[in-house]
Amino acid sequence: MRIYATYNIKGGVGKTTTAVNLAFLAAESGLRTVLWDLDPQGAASFMFRVKPRVKGGGKALIRGKRPLDDAIKGTDFDNLDLIPADFTYRNMDLLLDANSGGGGASDTPGGKPARKLAKLLAPLADEYDAVFLDCPPSVSLVSENVLQAADVILVPLIPTTLSVRTLEQLAGFVAEFNGHRPELLAFFSMVDRRKKLHREITEKLSVERTEVARTVIPALSVIETMSVERAPVVVFAPNTAATRAYRGLWAELRAFGEERLPS
Amino acid sequence: MTPGLVGFIACGDDERAWDETVAGVLEALGAAFDVIPDRGGKPAACRRTWLDTFDWRLHRAGLTLEYAGRPRGGELLLAGNAANSASPPSPPSAPGTPSAPNSADAASPADGAAISQPVIGWQAARPHLMCELPDGPVASRIGDLVAPRALLPVVTATSATTTCRLLNEDGKTVARLVVERTSIPGPQPAPLAPRFAITEVRGYPGAARTAGRLVAGAPGVEPATTTTFTEALRAVGRLPGDYSNKVDTDITAALPASKAAATILLRLLDTVEANIGGVLADTDTEFLHDLRVAVRRTRSALKLFGDALIGRARLTEGEVAFFAAEFKWVGDLTTPTRDLDVHLLDFDDTAHSLSAAKPDDLEPFRAYLEQRRRREFRLLSRGLKSARFTELTRAWRDRLTAIRDGNPGTRAAGVRSGRERGAAAETTGTLAMERTRAAFAKTVRRGAAITLESPAETLHDLRKRAKELRYALEFFAPLHDRAAQAKVVGELKRLQDCLGEFQDTEVQVGEIRALATAMLAAGEAPAVTLLAMGEVTAGLALRQREAREDFGRRYAAFAGIDGQRRISALLRGKPGR
Repeated sequence: MRIYATYNIKGGVGKTTTAVNLAFLAAESGLRTVLWDLDPQGAASFMFRVKPRVKGGGKALIRGKRPLDDAIKGTDFDNLDLIPADFTYRNMDLLLDANSGGGGASDTPGGKPARKLAKLLAPLADEYDAVFLDCPPSVSLVSENVLQAADVILVPLIPTTLSVRTLEQLAGFVAEFNGHRPELLAFFSMVDRRKKLHREITEKLSVERTEVARTVIPALSVIETMSVERAPVVVFAPNTAATRAYRGLWAELRAFGEERLPS
Repeated sequence: MTPGLVGFIACGDDERAWDETVAGVLEALGAAFDVIPDRGGKPAACRRTWLDTFDWRLHRAGLTLEYAGRPRGGELLLAGNAANSASPPSPPSAPGTPSAPNSADAASPADGAAISQPVIGWQAARPHLMCELPDGPVASRIGDLVAPRALLPVVTATSATTTCRLLNEDGKTVARLVVERTSIPGPQPAPLAPRFAITEVRGYPGAARTAGRLVAGAPGVEPATTTTFTEALRAVGRLPGDYSNKVDTDITAALPASKAAATILLRLLDTVEANIGGVLADTDTEFLHDLRVAVRRTRSALKLFGDALIGRARLTEGEVAFFAAEFKWVGDLTTPTRDLDVHLLDFDDTAHSLSAAKPDDLEPFRAYLEQRRRREFRLLSRGLKSARFTELTRAWRDRLTAIRDGNPGTRAAGVRSGRERGAAAETTGTLAMERTRAAFAKTVRRGAAITLESPAETLHDLRKRAKELRYALEFFAPLHDRAAQAKVVGELKRLQDCLGEFQDTEVQVGEIRALATAMLAAGEAPAVTLLAMGEVTAGLALRQREAREDFGRRYAAFAGIDGQRRISALLRGKPGR
């Protein structure tokens, strides 16, 4: 089982649309896939027409009182399931830290709060080949959990000068991890080719930095209509530049995984 | 990813009514869901062939194997056949089969989820030996169960499957309806009743339950208690498990002995005739094996109670002797090919058990065996196609049918009229008791005379007597208490296994020596091959010695005081120790 997480400290950069489309493409390629919507806003759940509510409550799920298995919902697509968002996830930091004696993100005698998500996901290994985690924008215990659980962190970047700094900060943070260290794959999202700055930054960084994907996701209105269609863009607009971009990103992600990760 | 499944079937035989039933189901579901057909309502067509061995090994193991033809290659699907029983379908919330579009059968597999394996170039219309099936999950599950038998096409059907998504108020698919319309192809295709399956989408069991209730309440629908396979079989006039090499008759103790004898022998003749086609087509080696066993049983039956067939309007003593001699001819005709089959079936195991020689050293021996088998098979084939054999089976059936269906009179009537004498005048109960007791006594007597110095022939003779006793127990099994019978047969079988090992190894050693001589004479025997064959015979001789050493213990367990009590209890109709 390989765990992919879409993560960025900023909101509105395309994390959810990427998670939804890549999870669909993973399932379409034959991988048994589940997407966990960790964002209390529940955008990914909405796009799959699943109510943002966890049976028995998100609190019991995060605390390990109920198995993750109980919360899984089938989507309309073969091979693709979803663990919906729950409004209690707004307090997920507290839930994750509940048994640790409030010691924060680091490992404490009361437990390992930063590894909780990884522990919750472990039983799914027999049933799924790919897990996608759609994360809320933050720097918190939730994001540290996600980074600890994931094999690959997909980082959508808006092509600005600051985005490079964000990526460097994240790489530095991950480098400090003891033991498990996820691979980082950044990609440019919401790229407007009409803007000179966008063109320059994407071209420069794609060449200069190995952790930046060659594929860019353009800023297209068809991607925005996902929330209207409530489906992956790959499904309702299969012959568009948006679909081609997501397919390219998925192909790059698979190749990236094969090159860098142990099988 | 493991939706539950609940199945229904349209009632009746009226095709027009079936169309109305399908429309009624869709209307019923429309009350709670938006019903959206996949692929614009265009059904997915699939040609399906169910496969099993001639003796239904998969069916008896609770399995159903289906080949589904696809535009590119095809797929073997192995599932449980639990729906063959009359049990109700699984509730929608129960874990069951994946929602494969062409498996709308009612029940979940007996041993968990269905498994599938893609196959390329599979010709569903012809038999396939297991060695032709590439490695894969299906092959590994059924390999040992099926071999050395071939997988045969049992019945073929074409299915058109339409899947409809059932949507909730958010437009989310919360269950699926699969409508399967199957027909048996032919000059006049035979349609089967449409089947409906509700498949659950994970996390929405309530919706599947609701859909199940709505379908169940639609007019002309009932829960499916059979699979498409059993319905397809029924349409071609067959039943699952319709062949067995067992002597399963419905004789009773009160039946006149002549009728019981004829019934048993007719059952054996059925087995002989059922296997002729498979032998002549050389489909797999078990056809010949079953045919030989039925012939051997026929000869033993004639020996055990052939006299029950003798009488007015039945057979003369001379005719019984004639048929016995003819069946000996058939047995002898089949022996060379079967002996070579045994060598070839064991060949790989034998080759890999060698310690001094290499497995490849034996390859010229294999080639020689195969060449010999081709020759012997031609002779066998000629014999089974001969007028002599055809006339034998025809005359035998005619005579036995006349005895079974004739009116020999009861024992009392026979005694009054003076027409019935000897075994023919007995009831089956008396005949069974007398002949089984005699066969037991003879086996015990012959065994008791065997000492460590006795020649191999005495053990061979005892093996034949033990076989006769075993057959007597099988022929008259419907008259016996099942548990008491199992106790007698259990010890007898262990003795037979020991005697069989002793005799078979002796025969094989003799045959390998003869074959080595023949290969040498034909200039087809490299030195390494002869050495390897020598090692094989040494291994066989060792096994024979072990069997000989085991004999005393096996015989004592069978013929000792407990054994005597067991047979007495069986024949008295009371449970033994």
